[in-house]
Amino acid sequence: MHIMVCIKQVPATSQVEVDERTGVLKRDGSAAKINPYDLYALEAALKLREETDGRVDVISMGPPQAKAALLEALHIGADAGYLLTDRRFAGSDVLATARALCAGILACGRYDLILCGKQTTDGDTAQVGPEVAELLGIEHASYVQRLTADSQAVVAEINMGEGTLVQRIPFPCLLTVEKDINTPRLPSYRRSLTMDEQQITVRTLGDLAADDPRLYGLSGSPTQVERIFPPEAQTGRVYWTGTAEQIADQAYALLAARKYI
Amino acid sequence: MDEETFCRADAADIAYLAGQLGSHKVTPASALSEDYAHDELSGVSGMPDVLVRAESAQDVVTVMRYAHERRIPVVARGSGTGLVGAAVAVRGGILLETLRMNHILELDERNFCVTVEPGVLLMELTAFCEGKGYLYPPDPGEKSATIGGNISTNAGGMRAVKYGVTRDWVRGLEVVLPGGETVTLGGKMVKHSSGFDLKDLIIGSEGTLGVITKAIVKIIPLPPVSLSLLVPFADIATAIQAVPALIRSGEDLTALEFMERTAIEAAEEYLGKRFPDSGSPAYLLLTISGDSEARADALYRRAAELCIGLGASDVFRVDTQERKDAVWKARGAFLEAIKASTTAMDECDVVVPRTEVAAFIAYTQELARGIGLRIPSFGHAGDGNLHIYLCRDGLPADVFENRLQQAFDAMYRKAAEMGGLVSGEHGIGSAKRAYLARQLGPVQMRLMRSIKRAFDPHGILNPDKVI
Repeated sequence: MHIMVCIKQVPATSQVEVDERTGVLKRDGSAAKINPYDLYALEAALKLREETDGRVDVISMGPPQAKAALLEALHIGADAGYLLTDRRFAGSDVLATARALCAGILACGRYDLILCGKQTTDGDTAQVGPEVAELLGIEHASYVQRLTADSQAVVAEINMGEGTLVQRIPFPCLLTVEKDINTPRLPSYRRSLTMDEQQITVRTLGDLAADDPRLYGLSGSPTQVERIFPPEAQTGRVYWTGTAEQIADQAYALLAARKYI
Repeated sequence: MDEETFCRADAADIAYLAGQLGSHKVTPASALSEDYAHDELSGVSGMPDVLVRAESAQDVVTVMRYAHERRIPVVARGSGTGLVGAAVAVRGGILLETLRMNHILELDERNFCVTVEPGVLLMELTAFCEGKGYLYPPDPGEKSATIGGNISTNAGGMRAVKYGVTRDWVRGLEVVLPGGETVTLGGKMVKHSSGFDLKDLIIGSEGTLGVITKAIVKIIPLPPVSLSLLVPFADIATAIQAVPALIRSGEDLTALEFMERTAIEAAEEYLGKRFPDSGSPAYLLLTISGDSEARADALYRRAAELCIGLGASDVFRVDTQERKDAVWKARGAFLEAIKASTTAMDECDVVVPRTEVAAFIAYTQELARGIGLRIPSFGHAGDGNLHIYLCRDGLPADVFENRLQQAFDAMYRKAAEMGGLVSGEHGIGSAKRAYLARQLGPVQMRLMRSIKRAFDPHGILNPDKVI
């Protein structure tokens, strides 16, 4: 089974700085890591590889330093990595990102299964995975919390919020997996001695069979981030005393006054 | 300190305390949860006559003065997370809980210290310091223990290999003595040569000399980068034998723990979560820290090479917060996990010279087979402190008790032979008294009793503990 895992490099801390002028996340100089949700996808892929004897590749779109994330994925257990990097990818929204990943995956060959994390910790949209599948024209499912596979299809247990849907999905398909579907394994020092940048292929927009370069990056992004700002933190507290009914009335009145209900 | 000299706290005593302190601070035994009759582990039990929830040093003074006059035993208690029965009122009397004295009073950034009340929880102090960019280095596994309790047992923890134990981080104490006198011991100064260091007598005295009402602890700037190495080995002997070499290597290790797969499996079961790697029979867990990513990375590579050279089958990098949580939360849950894996258990917290750890572990395994007890272990390989658990599983109570005594007896003898001591960090309390007396002998015990008498002439503070 050939599995491709999509990963993204994200800031190592949740204290993300934003460029006030452009609204773009400042990535330079700050510590970075693989999006924690993607590690569950990678682990799920490695487990399937152990059961079915296939290969696991990883792909990422990002600046040149995102190579470190791919390298770490190799040290965790992936067989090969692909980095899509080009200044013309900068400013991509979810759609432009999905287009680049779609073109990148097509350039890598045929995959039975594409796995993604359910979302990223810096964007939190949860849209890129399903959009890649739509662009590739393959079946897809999100929020998979359990996963098995045979040579023809996966059987995915999908978290539908208020219930669970178990579905057999034939290859090729794309799944985004839930947090805690497994415990991701750790990067191995021994693997780091044998897996190096040689196993990572770098591709630019020019290397991809891209139809129209204007469909990528900022120019190919129908959504623009107007402003990014940290959420306001409310630290004030109000203490109410009284019977449960009195307190409930006070809580209702406050929520109504603040227009939450 | 004869038994006859003690009084129980009767209804009149309870009424007096309620009148002086306010009835919301005073709860008679009849209204108390059974939880107050024991601690987290030991078989020691005893219900106090009355629980006093002190809210200030003045409350402590009031209680101590009255108890001293009336010869009523007083047992100070924090979260009750001890393991040897030290905070159990085995003679009844007053259980003096400090959980409401939980204020962080001052952060002194120029003198690098924090002043706290005794009921502040370790996790609260840690979070407060880290939020301000500082580290309070002692790191005992039980994060819901109070600082007062940590000081009273001289708690150790995971970072002792680099930073030492609680004693090394206490600069000053305010202590209320029986009779109600308050003394200030030490302070914010870095050092002194001014008479006997009574502060150091209080630390580790398990509430037998005085009640701590305030503590000044040292802090350091938070190291910017720290990462751990989870190091698998084919067997526990190779893992433990690597420890002295790792320490000799000069690597600046903040933590050096060992764990067997059985402990990991118990934690997986207990937490309902898989450990990132459990394919090997034994592991070492190391932490290094550096002032930059590049420095930490260089240290990581050097330590990893060293481990491979010492027989490790691989080295796994534990660098992000998620990875640290996955590994260290499991490590922090070992005690609870092993407890949940069996019907009853007791523990042995011996400390031996670091060079003897491998031999001691081998001895416990031999003992486990010989006596017929399951004896999982983990511990602080870096400082020679082992946590060895004796599990009852399906054994009848009397058979377990018998084997337990045999095993304890043998292990404490062996530890003494190796130049070790009864407790590395959990204390003596009530459960380990006999073993302490046996090892230290009459002269040292006499000295300790004399010291106790100097502080507490009527012996009301935590009777029947430690000595």
